Amino acid sequence: MSRALLLLRRRLVGSIFVLLIVIVGTFLLLEAAPGDAVDAYLVSTGGDAGLVEAMRQSWGLDQSAATRLANYLWALLHLDLGQSVAFSRPIRDVILERLPVTLILMGASTALSFGVGSALGIYAGARPGSVRDRVLSTASLALYAVPGFWLALVLVIVFAVDLRWFPISGFETIASGKTGFARAADIARHLVLPVTSLGVIYLALYLRMMRAGMAEVWRLDFIRAARARGLSRRRIVLAHVARNALLPLVTMLGLQSAQMLGGSVVIESIFSVPGLGRLAQEAVAMRDTPLLLGIILVSAILVVLINLLVDIAYAFLDPRVGASEASA
Amino acid sequence: MRRLVQIPEALVGLGILAVLVVMALAAPMLFPGDPLAIKGAPLLPPFQEWSLPLGTDRLGRDVLAELFHGARTSLAVGLAAAAAAIAVGAVIGTLAGFAGGILDETLMRITDAFQTVPSFLLALAFVSVVGPSLTVVVIAIALSAWTGPARVARAEVLSIRERDFVAGARVIGMHPLEIALREVLPNALPPVLALSSVIVASAILIEAALSFLGLGDPNRVTWGGMIAEGRTVLRSAPFLSIVPGIALVLTVLGVYLAGEGVVEGTAVRKGLS
Repeated sequence: MSRALLLLRRRLVGSIFVLLIVIVGTFLLLEAAPGDAVDAYLVSTGGDAGLVEAMRQSWGLDQSAATRLANYLWALLHLDLGQSVAFSRPIRDVILERLPVTLILMGASTALSFGVGSALGIYAGARPGSVRDRVLSTASLALYAVPGFWLALVLVIVFAVDLRWFPISGFETIASGKTGFARAADIARHLVLPVTSLGVIYLALYLRMMRAGMAEVWRLDFIRAARARGLSRRRIVLAHVARNALLPLVTMLGLQSAQMLGGSVVIESIFSVPGLGRLAQEAVAMRDTPLLLGIILVSAILVVLINLLVDIAYAFLDPRVGASEASA
Repeated sequence: MRRLVQIPEALVGLGILAVLVVMALAAPMLFPGDPLAIKGAPLLPPFQEWSLPLGTDRLGRDVLAELFHGARTSLAVGLAAAAAAIAVGAVIGTLAGFAGGILDETLMRITDAFQTVPSFLLALAFVSVVGPSLTVVVIAIALSAWTGPARVARAEVLSIRERDFVAGARVIGMHPLEIALREVLPNALPPVLALSSVIVASAILIEAALSFLGLGDPNRVTWGGMIAEGRTVLRSAPFLSIVPGIALVLTVLGVYLAGEGVVEGTAVRKGLS
């Protein structure tokens, strides 16, 4: 346990630096954007030059860039991301409202791609070079080339428009009055198509990684030893080959989380799922740059947290990780 | 090259890419004038009229002409973004690995930061702040794609900088920056270049997604933009979204296959020598 804690401490310190760089980056982008918060505010209300000056002064926008960066950091420390122009509400509240939906979507997509992908990868990697291996490898490469947003449209045409199996858009039936299990089932039905569109490319990725990893492990000596001991083939495949090929996939879980958050922008927009991704698209459409940068910041924090979780999981799965630090 | 042709996947990939390059180069000759101009009645189904083989879209534009001109955009953005990302990444990775110490630490934390932000969100923010044009889209994509090449280049440089020829360059009094960029960098390039197919493919996909959301260059035909256009008439004319999508899938597949073939081909050659 102390091994994992030491690792966690080192990673946390590194993460804080990384987040600081991200904050400075978002601040620079915010500065580069044409117009400032006062301009954005006056678009909806209107006002004369005197009012503009007074507002700039009261919001601290007339100070130097360094002071404004300090103010920005100070506000962030108090979890204040500023005011959303498009929604006329604090950015933090808007984001927190949308976050759970995206987490559900990402969680389900990750579970689908990791579960099915690694299972099919084991099936293909159990006999490298066989017909089923070749079919699955080729199919996964083809799937890996499919853009998620296009797959989403094709799925909508087939399963929502033609077959009418699943709803075209939304997160749940509006004002259905459903609660508990019925509501969960309703949400699940709405999420089948978005989850599939978001997850398929990663399913192909995990399949390919698992298969490639297993093909490597098959050549190692301890597999021959396991065979010599007379273990059943099934046991060798699952307990020895697949288990050793699994570790890189766990690392990928962390790396892939950032990409999936990016992918959710298009998928959530297509299916009108009210999550963080759709919020990003709305922020772009309504020219609300502070909101967009707030979303980027929250996404970065989310990615850092997910990677910390993956690191902890990795330390438990692989006893070699962090062992040198614990003994030092 | 001969070995490359013997790998069937590589052959298919190179074939697809060759067709694509021909499409991109021939587009202005086969379909002169503005591909966004109206050519016929709107929503003409494909294979109905000889002059418009793939029919027309919602505004009566020639779908086949758009497809050819879209190949130009996808290819240009994919290659330019990948070239920029690899150049920037290789230089930053080389400097970090060669200098070591504080500079290395700083550059690598910056690399971490860029990898922490979802690349699509970063591209989205950059384009929406600066305004959409082809150059901005290329920069936006390269902005997050340079981190992979930087990491690979750094790892490679860490082993190269201990070699004798680097010590030799020091002895004859070369400036460290000159050693890093002229002696070490070229030797660190091969594994970095092996990343190029993945970077080109993801650049093409990100460009398509940006255009799909309406953030592509408005004066150019893009496959992503065509899919978005077709989406408004998805029920009555699904064809309009499906065709450019298939072009995208084939392109990305071609890039992957060719890339894997090249890596495999060079690996075979190394193994034999």
